[in-house]
Amino acid sequence: MLNSYLPAIVFLLLGGVVGTAFALMNGIFGPKTNRRSASKTSPYECGLPSDVQQGFRFGISFYMIAMLFILFDIEVIFLYPIAVKLKEFGAFALVETSIFVALLFVGFGYVWRRGALSWR
Amino acid sequence: MTPILATVNYSEPWWIQIIKALVIFAVGLQLIPLVLLAERKMLGRFQGRYGPNRVGPFGVMQPLADIIKLATKESFRPRTSVGFIFMAAPAISIITAVATLAIVPFGNTVDIFGTKVGLYGVDPSIGILYAFAFGGIAFYGLMLGGWASGSKYSFLGAMRSAAQLISYEISQGLALVGVVMLAGSLSLTEIVDAQATQGWFIVPQIVGFVVFLVAGFAETNRAPFDLPEADAELVGGYITEYGGGGFTSFFFAEYLNVIVVSAITVTVYLGGWLLPFGWHTPGLAMPFIVIGKTCLLIFLFIWVRATLPRLRYDQLMSLGWKILLPIATINTLATAVMVVT
Repeated sequence: MLNSYLPAIVFLLLGGVVGTAFALMNGIFGPKTNRRSASKTSPYECGLPSDVQQGFRFGISFYMIAMLFILFDIEVIFLYPIAVKLKEFGAFALVETSIFVALLFVGFGYVWRRGALSWR
Repeated sequence: MTPILATVNYSEPWWIQIIKALVIFAVGLQLIPLVLLAERKMLGRFQGRYGPNRVGPFGVMQPLADIIKLATKESFRPRTSVGFIFMAAPAISIITAVATLAIVPFGNTVDIFGTKVGLYGVDPSIGILYAFAFGGIAFYGLMLGGWASGSKYSFLGAMRSAAQLISYEISQGLALVGVVMLAGSLSLTEIVDAQATQGWFIVPQIVGFVVFLVAGFAETNRAPFDLPEADAELVGGYITEYGGGGFTSFFFAEYLNVIVVSAITVTVYLGGWLLPFGWHTPGLAMPFIVIGKTCLLIFLFIWVRATLPRLRYDQLMSLGWKILLPIATINTLATAVMVVT
Protein backbone atom coordinates (compact mmCIF):
# COMPACT_ATOMS: atom_id res chain seq x y z
CA MET A 1 0.00 0.00 0.00
CA LEU A 2 2.53 2.52 1.21
CA ASN A 3 5.07 1.62 -1.49
CA SER A 4 2.83 3.09 -4.19
CA TYR A 5 3.16 6.42 -2.37
CA LEU A 6 6.94 6.30 -2.66
CA PRO A 7 7.22 9.33 -5.00
CA ALA A 8 5.20 11.44 -2.55
CA ILE A 9 7.56 10.41 0.26
CA VAL A 10 10.58 11.21 -1.92
CA PHE A 11 9.09 14.64 -2.63
CA LEU A 12 8.58 15.25 1.09
CA LEU A 13 12.19 14.28 1.80
CA LEU A 14 13.49 16.48 -1.04
CA GLY A 15 11.43 19.38 0.29
CA GLY A 16 12.96 18.78 3.71
CA VAL A 17 16.47 18.72 2.21
CA VAL A 18 15.95 21.99 0.32
CA GLY A 19 14.34 23.64 3.35
CA THR A 20 17.19 22.57 5.62
CA ALA A 21 19.76 23.68 3.06
CA PHE A 22 18.21 27.15 2.88
CA ALA A 23 17.95 27.34 6.67
CA LEU A 24 21.63 26.43 7.10
CA MET A 25 23.17 28.26 4.15
CA ASN A 26 23.72 31.57 5.92
CA GLY A 27 25.52 29.77 8.74
CA ILE A 28 27.88 28.16 6.20
CA PHE A 29 28.44 30.88 3.59
CA GLY A 30 27.61 33.97 5.60
CA PRO A 31 30.07 36.14 7.51
CA LYS A 32 31.11 34.58 10.79
CA THR A 33 31.51 37.75 12.83
CA ASN A 34 28.89 37.85 15.49
CA ARG A 35 28.61 41.45 16.59
CA ARG A 36 25.19 41.87 18.06
CA SER A 37 23.79 44.98 19.59
CA ALA A 38 20.44 45.80 21.14
CA SER A 39 19.29 47.85 18.19
CA LYS A 40 20.46 45.28 15.66
CA THR A 41 18.57 42.40 17.20
CA SER A 42 15.39 44.31 17.90
CA PRO A 43 12.42 43.63 15.61
CA TYR A 44 11.68 46.02 12.77
CA GLU A 45 10.15 49.39 13.54
CA CYS A 46 9.99 52.51 11.46
CA GLY A 47 11.30 55.56 13.25
CA LEU A 48 9.99 54.80 16.74
CA PRO A 49 11.87 52.84 19.37
CA SER A 50 11.04 49.19 18.80
CA ASP A 51 8.14 48.09 20.95
CA VAL A 52 9.12 44.56 21.91
CA GLN A 53 6.25 42.37 23.01
CA GLN A 54 5.24 38.76 22.59
CA GLY A 55 1.52 38.63 23.31
CA PHE A 56 -0.28 40.46 20.56
CA ARG A 57 -3.97 41.22 20.45
CA PHE A 58 -5.76 41.27 17.15
CA GLY A 59 -9.21 41.98 15.78
CA ILE A 60 -12.27 39.84 16.48
CA SER A 61 -12.90 39.78 12.71
CA PHE A 62 -10.17 37.20 12.28
CA TYR A 63 -11.98 34.85 14.69
CA MET A 64 -15.25 35.39 12.82
CA ILE A 65 -13.61 34.51 9.52
CA ALA A 66 -12.06 31.40 11.07
CA MET A 67 -15.44 30.20 12.41
CA LEU A 68 -17.21 30.81 9.10
CA PHE A 69 -14.37 29.02 7.34
CA ILE A 70 -14.97 25.86 9.37
CA LEU A 71 -18.68 25.93 8.52
CA PHE A 72 -18.22 26.39 4.79
CA ASP A 73 -15.20 24.17 4.45
CA ILE A 74 -17.30 21.34 5.89
CA GLU A 75 -19.87 22.13 3.21
CA VAL A 76 -17.18 21.73 0.55
CA ILE A 77 -15.92 18.51 2.10
CA PHE A 78 -19.46 17.07 2.13
CA LEU A 79 -19.96 18.00 -1.51
CA TYR A 80 -16.88 16.14 -2.75
CA PRO A 81 -18.07 12.54 -2.16
CA ILE A 82 -21.48 13.42 -3.63
CA ALA A 83 -19.79 15.02 -6.65
CA VAL A 84 -17.78 11.88 -7.41
CA LYS A 85 -20.87 9.63 -7.42
CA LEU A 86 -23.41 12.15 -8.72
CA LYS A 87 -23.87 10.40 -12.08
CA GLU A 88 -24.73 7.09 -10.39
CA PHE A 89 -27.03 8.54 -7.73
CA GLY A 90 -28.86 10.85 -10.14
CA ALA A 91 -31.82 13.00 -9.16
CA PHE A 92 -31.89 11.76 -5.53
CA ALA A 93 -28.41 13.13 -4.81
CA LEU A 94 -29.24 16.33 -6.65
CA VAL A 95 -32.31 17.04 -4.49
CA GLU A 96 -30.44 16.15 -1.30
CA THR A 97 -27.51 18.39 -2.24
CA SER A 98 -29.80 21.28 -3.14
CA ILE A 99 -31.58 21.08 0.22
CA PHE A 100 -28.26 20.89 2.07
CA VAL A 101 -26.84 23.91 0.23
CA ALA A 102 -30.12 25.83 0.58
CA LEU A 103 -30.13 25.28 4.37
CA LEU A 104 -26.53 26.40 4.58
CA PHE A 105 -27.35 29.50 2.59
CA VAL A 106 -30.06 30.50 5.01
CA GLY A 107 -27.26 30.67 7.56
CA PHE A 108 -25.05 32.48 5.08
CA GLY A 109 -27.75 35.10 4.50
CA TYR A 110 -28.15 35.54 8.25
CA VAL A 111 -24.42 36.01 8.74
CA TRP A 112 -24.33 38.48 5.86
CA ARG A 113 -27.26 40.49 7.23
CA ARG A 114 -25.68 40.62 10.68
CA GLY A 115 -22.57 42.10 9.06
CA ALA A 116 -20.06 39.38 9.93
CA LEU A 117 -18.79 39.46 6.36
CA SER A 118 -18.12 43.20 6.37
CA TRP A 119 -14.56 43.77 7.45
CA ARG A 120 -14.12 46.16 10.36
CA MET B 1 -8.22 -5.15 5.97
CA THR B 2 -9.51 -1.75 5.05
CA PRO B 3 -6.71 0.26 3.49
CA ILE B 4 -5.78 3.38 5.41
CA LEU B 5 -4.45 5.27 2.42
CA ALA B 6 -6.40 6.09 -0.71
CA THR B 7 -5.72 3.63 -3.51
CA VAL B 8 -3.21 4.62 -6.16
CA ASN B 9 -4.35 3.97 -9.71
CA TYR B 10 -1.03 2.85 -11.12
CA SER B 11 2.41 2.47 -9.63
CA GLU B 12 5.72 1.25 -10.99
CA PRO B 13 8.60 -0.70 -9.40
CA TRP B 14 10.18 1.25 -6.56
CA TRP B 15 13.34 2.32 -8.40
CA ILE B 16 11.36 3.90 -11.24
CA GLN B 17 9.25 5.73 -8.68
CA ILE B 18 12.35 7.22 -7.04
CA ILE B 19 13.93 8.17 -10.38
CA LYS B 20 10.80 9.84 -11.71
CA ALA B 21 10.30 11.74 -8.43
CA LEU B 22 13.88 13.04 -8.73
CA VAL B 23 13.39 13.99 -12.39
CA ILE B 24 10.11 15.85 -11.75
CA PHE B 25 11.66 17.62 -8.79
CA ALA B 26 14.67 18.64 -10.88
CA VAL B 27 12.41 20.00 -13.62
CA GLY B 28 10.30 21.90 -11.07
CA LEU B 29 13.46 23.28 -9.48
CA GLN B 30 14.74 24.48 -12.85
CA LEU B 31 11.45 26.22 -13.58
CA ILE B 32 11.69 28.45 -10.49
CA PRO B 33 14.66 30.61 -11.59
CA LEU B 34 13.17 30.74 -15.08
CA VAL B 35 9.84 32.01 -13.76
CA LEU B 36 11.67 34.46 -11.50
CA LEU B 37 13.69 35.82 -14.39
CA ALA B 38 10.72 35.85 -16.78
CA GLU B 39 8.68 37.76 -14.23
CA ARG B 40 11.33 40.44 -13.73
CA LYS B 41 12.04 40.78 -17.44
CA MET B 42 8.37 41.01 -18.34
CA LEU B 43 7.50 43.38 -15.52
CA GLY B 44 10.30 45.55 -16.85
CA ARG B 45 8.85 45.46 -20.36
CA PHE B 46 5.34 46.13 -19.06
CA GLN B 47 6.66 49.21 -17.32
CA GLY B 48 8.71 50.44 -20.27
CA ARG B 49 12.14 49.49 -18.92
CA TYR B 50 14.58 46.67 -19.58
CA GLY B 51 14.51 44.56 -16.44
CA PRO B 52 17.69 42.77 -15.35
CA ASN B 53 20.22 42.81 -18.24
CA ARG B 54 23.63 43.11 -16.58
CA VAL B 55 24.43 39.64 -15.23
CA GLY B 56 25.26 37.32 -18.11
CA PRO B 57 23.74 37.56 -21.60
CA PHE B 58 20.33 39.31 -21.39
CA GLY B 59 20.53 39.06 -17.61
CA VAL B 60 19.88 35.32 -17.57
CA MET B 61 22.31 34.77 -14.67
CA GLN B 62 20.38 37.17 -12.45
CA PRO B 63 18.68 34.43 -10.33
CA LEU B 64 22.12 32.89 -9.70
CA ALA B 65 23.49 36.25 -8.60
CA ASP B 66 20.50 36.68 -6.32
CA ILE B 67 20.93 33.31 -4.68
CA ILE B 68 24.66 33.90 -4.12
CA LYS B 69 23.89 37.23 -2.55
CA LEU B 70 21.25 35.73 -0.28
CA ALA B 71 23.49 32.81 0.68
CA THR B 72 26.33 35.03 1.81
CA LYS B 73 24.23 37.05 4.23
CA GLU B 74 24.81 36.89 7.94
CA SER B 75 22.74 34.35 9.84
CA PHE B 76 20.41 36.51 11.89
CA ARG B 77 17.25 36.45 13.89
CA PRO B 78 15.69 39.17 16.07
CA ARG B 79 15.93 38.68 19.81
CA THR B 80 12.14 38.55 20.12
CA SER B 81 11.89 35.56 17.78
CA VAL B 82 11.03 32.06 18.94
CA GLY B 83 14.16 30.36 17.62
CA PHE B 84 13.10 26.90 16.56
CA ILE B 85 9.78 27.89 15.01
CA PHE B 86 11.42 30.88 13.34
CA MET B 87 13.85 28.51 11.61
CA ALA B 88 11.29 25.77 10.85
CA ALA B 89 8.51 27.92 9.36
CA PRO B 90 10.19 28.61 5.98
CA ALA B 91 11.01 24.90 5.71
CA ILE B 92 7.33 24.03 6.25
CA SER B 93 6.42 26.31 3.34
CA ILE B 94 8.97 24.62 1.09
CA ILE B 95 8.10 21.06 2.09
CA THR B 96 4.40 21.56 1.37
CA ALA B 97 5.06 23.29 -1.95
CA VAL B 98 7.41 20.52 -3.07
CA ALA B 99 5.03 17.79 -1.87
CA THR B 100 2.16 19.26 -3.89
CA LEU B 101 4.33 19.07 -7.01
CA ALA B 102 4.05 15.27 -6.69
CA ILE B 103 0.47 15.09 -7.95
CA VAL B 104 0.86 17.32 -11.00
CA PRO B 105 0.37 14.97 -13.97
CA PHE B 106 2.74 15.72 -16.84
CA GLY B 107 1.26 12.93 -18.90
CA ASN B 108 -0.42 9.58 -18.88
CA THR B 109 1.37 6.25 -18.56
CA VAL B 110 3.77 5.84 -21.46
CA ASP B 111 6.23 3.17 -22.54
CA ILE B 112 9.83 4.09 -21.81
CA PHE B 113 12.24 1.33 -22.86
CA GLY B 114 9.46 -1.23 -22.58
CA THR B 115 8.44 -0.23 -19.06
CA LYS B 116 5.16 1.52 -18.44
CA VAL B 117 5.87 4.73 -16.57
CA GLY B 118 3.29 7.23 -15.35
CA LEU B 119 4.51 10.76 -16.09
CA TYR B 120 3.49 12.06 -12.66
CA GLY B 121 4.80 11.76 -9.14
CA VAL B 122 1.89 9.88 -7.67
CA ASP B 123 -1.70 9.48 -8.85
CA PRO B 124 -3.81 8.77 -5.77
CA SER B 125 -7.55 8.33 -6.23
CA ILE B 126 -8.08 11.38 -3.99
CA GLY B 127 -5.97 13.54 -6.38
CA ILE B 128 -7.20 17.05 -5.81
CA LEU B 129 -7.76 16.57 -2.08
CA TYR B 130 -4.05 15.75 -1.73
CA ALA B 131 -3.26 19.22 -3.12
CA PHE B 132 -5.78 20.84 -0.77
CA ALA B 133 -4.37 18.94 2.21
CA PHE B 134 -0.88 20.26 1.60
CA GLY B 135 -2.27 23.68 0.80
CA GLY B 136 -3.81 23.60 4.26
CA ILE B 137 -0.47 22.75 5.87
CA ALA B 138 1.32 25.46 3.86
CA PHE B 139 -0.68 27.97 5.84
CA TYR B 140 1.25 26.97 8.99
CA GLY B 141 4.47 28.07 7.31
CA LEU B 142 3.26 31.66 6.94
CA MET B 143 1.40 31.72 10.23
CA LEU B 144 4.19 30.31 12.40
CA GLY B 145 6.79 32.36 10.54
CA GLY B 146 4.93 35.59 11.20
CA TRP B 147 4.14 34.74 14.80
CA ALA B 148 7.61 33.49 15.70
CA SER B 149 9.28 36.64 14.39
CA GLY B 150 8.05 38.58 17.39
CA SER B 151 7.45 41.70 15.32
CA LYS B 152 4.05 43.31 15.01
CA TYR B 153 4.41 43.81 11.27
CA SER B 154 5.16 40.13 10.81
CA PHE B 155 2.33 39.16 13.08
CA LEU B 156 -0.25 41.34 11.32
CA GLY B 157 0.95 40.08 7.95
CA ALA B 158 0.60 36.51 9.15
CA MET B 159 -2.92 37.08 10.48
CA ARG B 160 -3.93 38.71 7.24
CA SER B 161 -2.52 35.97 5.09
CA ALA B 162 -4.18 33.36 7.31
CA ALA B 163 -7.61 34.99 6.96
CA GLN B 164 -7.05 35.46 3.23
CA LEU B 165 -5.96 31.87 2.62
CA ILE B 166 -8.87 30.30 4.46
CA SER B 167 -11.39 32.65 2.83
CA TYR B 168 -10.31 31.82 -0.67
CA GLU B 169 -9.75 28.14 -0.02
CA ILE B 170 -13.54 27.66 0.21
CA SER B 171 -14.23 29.22 -3.18
CA GLN B 172 -11.35 27.27 -4.69
CA GLY B 173 -12.69 23.99 -3.32
CA LEU B 174 -16.24 24.74 -4.43
CA ALA B 175 -15.12 25.72 -7.93
CA LEU B 176 -13.49 22.32 -8.33
CA VAL B 177 -16.61 20.41 -7.23
CA GLY B 178 -18.14 21.19 -10.64
CA VAL B 179 -15.19 19.59 -12.41
CA VAL B 180 -15.35 16.55 -10.14
CA MET B 181 -19.06 16.14 -10.98
CA LEU B 182 -18.35 16.23 -14.72
CA ALA B 183 -15.39 13.86 -14.51
CA GLY B 184 -16.86 11.60 -11.82
CA SER B 185 -13.41 11.21 -10.27
CA LEU B 186 -10.94 13.06 -8.06
CA SER B 187 -7.87 11.58 -9.74
CA LEU B 188 -6.14 14.19 -11.89
CA THR B 189 -5.25 11.76 -14.69
CA GLU B 190 -8.84 10.54 -14.86
CA ILE B 191 -10.04 14.16 -15.00
CA VAL B 192 -7.82 14.71 -18.05
CA ASP B 193 -9.06 11.46 -19.60
CA ALA B 194 -12.63 12.64 -19.09
CA GLN B 195 -11.72 15.83 -20.94
CA ALA B 196 -10.57 13.75 -23.92
CA THR B 197 -14.17 12.61 -24.41
CA GLN B 198 -16.16 15.56 -23.04
CA GLY B 199 -13.98 18.40 -24.31
CA TRP B 200 -11.93 20.71 -22.12
CA PHE B 201 -13.70 21.61 -18.90
CA ILE B 202 -13.05 25.31 -19.38
CA VAL B 203 -16.05 25.34 -21.77
CA PRO B 204 -18.78 24.01 -19.45
CA GLN B 205 -16.97 25.27 -16.34
CA ILE B 206 -15.93 28.77 -17.44
CA VAL B 207 -17.39 30.26 -14.27
CA GLY B 208 -15.61 27.69 -12.14
CA PHE B 209 -12.38 28.38 -14.04
CA VAL B 210 -12.54 32.11 -13.32
CA VAL B 211 -13.37 31.53 -9.64
CA PHE B 212 -10.58 28.96 -9.34
CA LEU B 213 -8.07 31.26 -11.00
CA VAL B 214 -8.98 34.28 -8.85
CA ALA B 215 -8.82 32.12 -5.73
CA GLY B 216 -5.52 30.74 -7.03
CA PHE B 217 -4.08 34.26 -7.21
CA ALA B 218 -5.18 34.80 -3.61
CA GLU B 219 -3.91 31.42 -2.40
CA THR B 220 -0.44 32.04 -3.78
CA ASN B 221 -0.39 35.59 -2.33
CA ARG B 222 0.09 37.04 -5.78
CA ALA B 223 -0.87 40.51 -6.93
CA PRO B 224 -3.55 41.88 -6.81
CA PHE B 225 -4.05 39.85 -3.61
CA ASP B 226 -0.55 40.25 -2.16
CA LEU B 227 -1.96 41.91 0.94
CA PRO B 228 0.16 39.86 3.37
CA GLU B 229 3.24 41.52 1.90
CA ALA B 230 1.69 44.92 1.20
CA ASP B 231 4.91 46.89 1.58
CA ALA B 232 3.21 50.24 1.92
CA GLU B 233 1.43 49.31 5.14
CA LEU B 234 3.01 46.13 6.52
CA VAL B 235 6.64 46.50 5.40
CA GLY B 236 7.23 42.88 4.35
CA GLY B 237 4.28 41.16 5.99
CA TYR B 238 5.19 37.79 7.49
CA ILE B 239 8.65 37.91 5.91
CA THR B 240 9.62 41.25 7.49
CA GLU B 241 12.17 39.70 9.85
CA TYR B 242 13.47 37.11 7.42
CA GLY B 243 16.62 37.62 5.44
CA GLY B 244 18.98 35.33 3.56
CA GLY B 245 17.89 31.71 3.91
CA GLY B 246 14.41 32.25 5.32
CA PHE B 247 13.61 34.86 2.70
CA THR B 248 14.89 32.52 -0.02
CA SER B 249 12.70 29.72 1.33
CA PHE B 250 9.53 31.79 1.33
CA PHE B 251 10.16 33.07 -2.17
CA PHE B 252 11.10 29.64 -3.44
CA ALA B 253 7.85 28.30 -1.98
CA GLU B 254 5.81 31.16 -3.42
CA TYR B 255 7.11 30.63 -6.95
CA LEU B 256 6.77 26.87 -6.70
CA ASN B 257 3.17 27.39 -5.57
CA VAL B 258 2.53 29.60 -8.59
CA ILE B 259 3.88 26.83 -10.83
CA VAL B 260 1.85 24.13 -9.08
CA VAL B 261 -1.40 26.13 -9.10
CA SER B 262 -0.91 26.90 -12.80
CA ALA B 263 -0.18 23.26 -13.56
CA ILE B 264 -3.25 22.07 -11.63
CA THR B 265 -5.43 24.64 -13.41
CA VAL B 266 -4.05 23.39 -16.73
CA THR B 267 -4.80 19.80 -15.73
CA VAL B 268 -8.27 20.45 -14.46
CA TYR B 269 -9.64 23.03 -16.89
CA LEU B 270 -7.32 23.24 -19.89
CA GLY B 271 -7.10 19.59 -20.83
CA GLY B 272 -3.69 18.77 -19.33
CA TRP B 273 -1.64 17.02 -21.98
CA LEU B 274 -4.45 17.04 -24.58
CA LEU B 275 -4.05 19.10 -27.75
CA PRO B 276 -6.95 21.19 -29.05
CA PHE B 277 -9.08 20.17 -32.07
CA GLY B 278 -8.77 16.49 -31.11
CA TRP B 279 -5.18 16.19 -32.38
CA HIS B 280 -3.49 13.08 -31.07
CA THR B 281 -0.82 13.67 -28.44
CA PRO B 282 2.31 11.53 -28.93
CA GLY B 283 3.28 9.90 -25.62
CA LEU B 284 6.57 11.58 -24.79
CA ALA B 285 5.41 15.03 -25.95
CA MET B 286 2.88 15.16 -23.09
CA PRO B 287 5.18 16.80 -20.50
CA PHE B 288 6.12 19.52 -22.98
CA ILE B 289 2.47 20.30 -23.70
CA VAL B 290 1.69 20.50 -19.98
CA ILE B 291 4.71 22.69 -19.29
CA GLY B 292 3.90 24.88 -22.30
CA LYS B 293 0.35 25.48 -21.13
CA THR B 294 1.59 26.05 -17.59
CA CYS B 295 4.01 28.71 -18.86
CA LEU B 296 1.12 30.48 -20.61
CA LEU B 297 -0.80 30.57 -17.33
CA ILE B 298 2.26 31.80 -15.45
CA PHE B 299 2.47 34.58 -18.04
CA LEU B 300 -1.12 35.43 -17.11
CA PHE B 301 -0.06 35.60 -13.44
CA ILE B 302 2.70 38.06 -14.35
CA TRP B 303 0.44 40.05 -16.66
CA VAL B 304 -2.17 40.44 -13.92
CA ARG B 305 0.52 41.53 -11.47
CA ALA B 306 1.67 44.22 -13.89
CA THR B 307 -1.86 45.40 -14.67
CA LEU B 308 -4.06 45.39 -11.58
CA PRO B 309 -3.58 47.54 -8.48
CA ARG B 310 -3.64 45.89 -5.06
CA LEU B 311 -7.01 45.53 -3.36
CA ARG B 312 -7.80 47.05 0.00
CA TYR B 313 -8.18 44.47 2.76
CA ASP B 314 -11.95 44.87 3.23
CA GLN B 315 -12.41 44.68 -0.55
CA LEU B 316 -10.38 41.47 -0.56
CA MET B 317 -12.57 39.93 2.12
CA SER B 318 -15.86 40.95 0.52
CA LEU B 319 -14.68 39.70 -2.87
CA GLY B 320 -13.95 36.31 -1.34
CA TRP B 321 -17.06 35.94 0.79
CA LYS B 322 -19.75 38.00 -0.91
CA ILE B 323 -18.94 37.43 -4.57
CA LEU B 324 -16.80 34.35 -5.17
CA LEU B 325 -18.51 32.08 -2.63
CA PRO B 326 -22.09 32.58 -3.90
CA ILE B 327 -20.93 32.36 -7.52
CA ALA B 328 -19.04 29.15 -6.84
CA THR B 329 -22.04 27.64 -5.03
CA ILE B 330 -24.46 28.53 -7.83
CA ASN B 331 -21.98 27.15 -10.35
CA THR B 332 -21.81 23.89 -8.38
CA LEU B 333 -25.60 23.50 -8.27
CA ALA B 334 -25.97 24.42 -11.95
CA THR B 335 -23.34 21.82 -12.85
CA ALA B 336 -25.15 19.24 -10.73
CA VAL B 337 -28.39 19.91 -12.60
CA MET B 338 -26.50 19.71 -15.90
CA VAL B 339 -24.86 16.39 -15.00
CA VAL B 340 -28.01 14.71 -13.69
CA THR B 341 -30.37 15.74 -16.47
